[in-house]
Amino acid sequence: MDFKLSKEQEMIRTVMREFAENEVKPIAAEIDESGRFPRETVEKMARYHMMGIPFPVEYGGAGGDDIAYAIAVEELSKVCATTGVILSAHTSLACWPIYEYGTEEQKQKYLIPLAKGEKLGAFGLTEPNAGTDAAGQQTVAVLDGDNYILNGTKLFITNGGEADIYIIFAMTDKSKGSRGISAFIVEKDYPGFSIGKIEDKMGIRGSSTAELIFRDCVVPKENLLGKEGEGFKIAMKTLDGGRIGIAAQALGIAEGALEESIKYIKERQQFGRPLSKFQGLQWMVADMATAIEAAKLLVYRAAYNKSNGLPYNKEAAMAKLYAANVAMDVTTKAVQLHGGYGYTKDYPVERMMRDAKITEIYEGTSQVQQMVIAANLLR
Amino acid sequence: MNIIVCIKQVPDTNEVRIDPVKGTLIREGVPSIINPDDKNALEEALRIKDKYEDVKVTVLSMGPYQAEDALVEAIAMGADEGILLSDRAFAGSDTWATSTALAAGIRYIGDYDLIFCGRQAIDGDTAQVGPQIAEHLGIPQITYVKELELLDGKVRAKRVLEDGYYVIEAEMPVLITAIKELNEPRYPSIKGIYEGYKGDRIKILSAKDVEADEDNIGLDGSPTQVNKSFTPPTKGGNLEMLEGDPKEQARELIVRLKEEKII
Repeated sequence: MDFKLSKEQEMIRTVMREFAENEVKPIAAEIDESGRFPRETVEKMARYHMMGIPFPVEYGGAGGDDIAYAIAVEELSKVCATTGVILSAHTSLACWPIYEYGTEEQKQKYLIPLAKGEKLGAFGLTEPNAGTDAAGQQTVAVLDGDNYILNGTKLFITNGGEADIYIIFAMTDKSKGSRGISAFIVEKDYPGFSIGKIEDKMGIRGSSTAELIFRDCVVPKENLLGKEGEGFKIAMKTLDGGRIGIAAQALGIAEGALEESIKYIKERQQFGRPLSKFQGLQWMVADMATAIEAAKLLVYRAAYNKSNGLPYNKEAAMAKLYAANVAMDVTTKAVQLHGGYGYTKDYPVERMMRDAKITEIYEGTSQVQQMVIAANLLR
Repeated sequence: MNIIVCIKQVPDTNEVRIDPVKGTLIREGVPSIINPDDKNALEEALRIKDKYEDVKVTVLSMGPYQAEDALVEAIAMGADEGILLSDRAFAGSDTWATSTALAAGIRYIGDYDLIFCGRQAIDGDTAQVGPQIAEHLGIPQITYVKELELLDGKVRAKRVLEDGYYVIEAEMPVLITAIKELNEPRYPSIKGIYEGYKGDRIKILSAKDVEADEDNIGLDGSPTQVNKSFTPPTKGGNLEMLEGDPKEQARELIVRLKEEKII
């Protein structure tokens, strides 16, 4: 067994950390406060080939692997969970299904600009009445000559309104239930596609979360991703990979909160000595660090499995379940360690605590992860 | 146009500690980085490459095998090729022996119009190697450059002084030493990191390969020898950090200064 990262992965961590510290951290509080999407960061990430890390160079990617990608999301999320999820949703949920299920023409037309970061991607599965029960899709797609006509509404779509390319799921045959769902590549300018409500969220506030509205939206036939009826399978497989990204985001949030806490308790004096000299607080920090380390191993293992063609459905679910739990727990303790200051916006830990919560919810709630894990164990 | 950039891999001195007994750097567990001024040197070369066609940037370094990481990073930033001079014969080199070796490496590369070096390395602070290379090669040098412009067959540079700057023009080939004000270095690209580690763009050469003058390299070829290094003892005194917001701290400071009859 080898726990060492490769030289490439080590250097990527160093570069991502430097990039996150210099380019992302300085605006993290501002975009949280204002809810502004950090377009300039996306452009910078594109310049350094961060928007398509695990894809081959011939498809516009960096030629890396899923561990390197997870490290990138982790390092960004240490200082700004918003930036972490922008990259995660783009890479795992938009680029990957095209890479995995797209035709050569679709890869040329869509994957290359996405992986290069010239275009931003999003993924639309959730609907007002189809959350955890994703098979209950009410958006419909009807073939009409050379086009599919889409009607319906998607909700809580990450990068919605900011993205150029959307992977959209819709029913092509209601009688078949989940086997009647198909996936489509939809461009933002297609007629009949509009952006509805932008959510005002508790955390990851710089990330755009939007409603997508399709009213007789015309999608060319050749933009069907995979075959008709394969949509549900594509969505589930895509989310398996997406969970590695979100688990990495959760991991990063927890690490960032621990770093802030360590810095704070070494500086803050009470009773004539730094807080770090009090054993009760030392024990809290030790537990936080141990949980983070366990989460990290789960995340990297899931990423390793994915990159090496091994099963990762259960592993990704475990990584996300556990890392999200750790993120919530560690950020809550981080606020506690900061005391009254931790509850104010003068310190970043309250933001991290708000950001952490979403990792227990999106791309499958913690309960969905438990369902996936149990289904693997009890079949 | 051919540009050669000399870089040095150094311990990140932000994280370096000094062994209080031996007076030497504790290098274990300290990350290695490209010397900061050398990154500015490389950035300037890459900007020329971005702006003009047919520019080739070769990065040259001398050091142990692990200095290859610095060359990979330079390639990931956009350099075309890297050459690492790595040989036991180079071990223990002072600035004279280092510049002798690097000048031999440059002669080996052959064709060049511009040579960039960083002003000085953070682990030595001598600022000698760049100027010495220019002397070995018999070409003009412009040191402490904060602005550079390419003209037809020559360069125009702003060379910083303590209270102003010179504007200097020189015919190419010329050696430039860069200061941090010259530019803001880019990050290595993720794709470039993978390309760099493929290794096919980096050559590792020995003293013989580059025909370095063996009397002037390594410890034996170094006119300076370090007898002893030590940390000057710190002068005593009490340090106290004031607490509270800036206003409270300022108020407290004035009270204390008055108490001490300083104001």
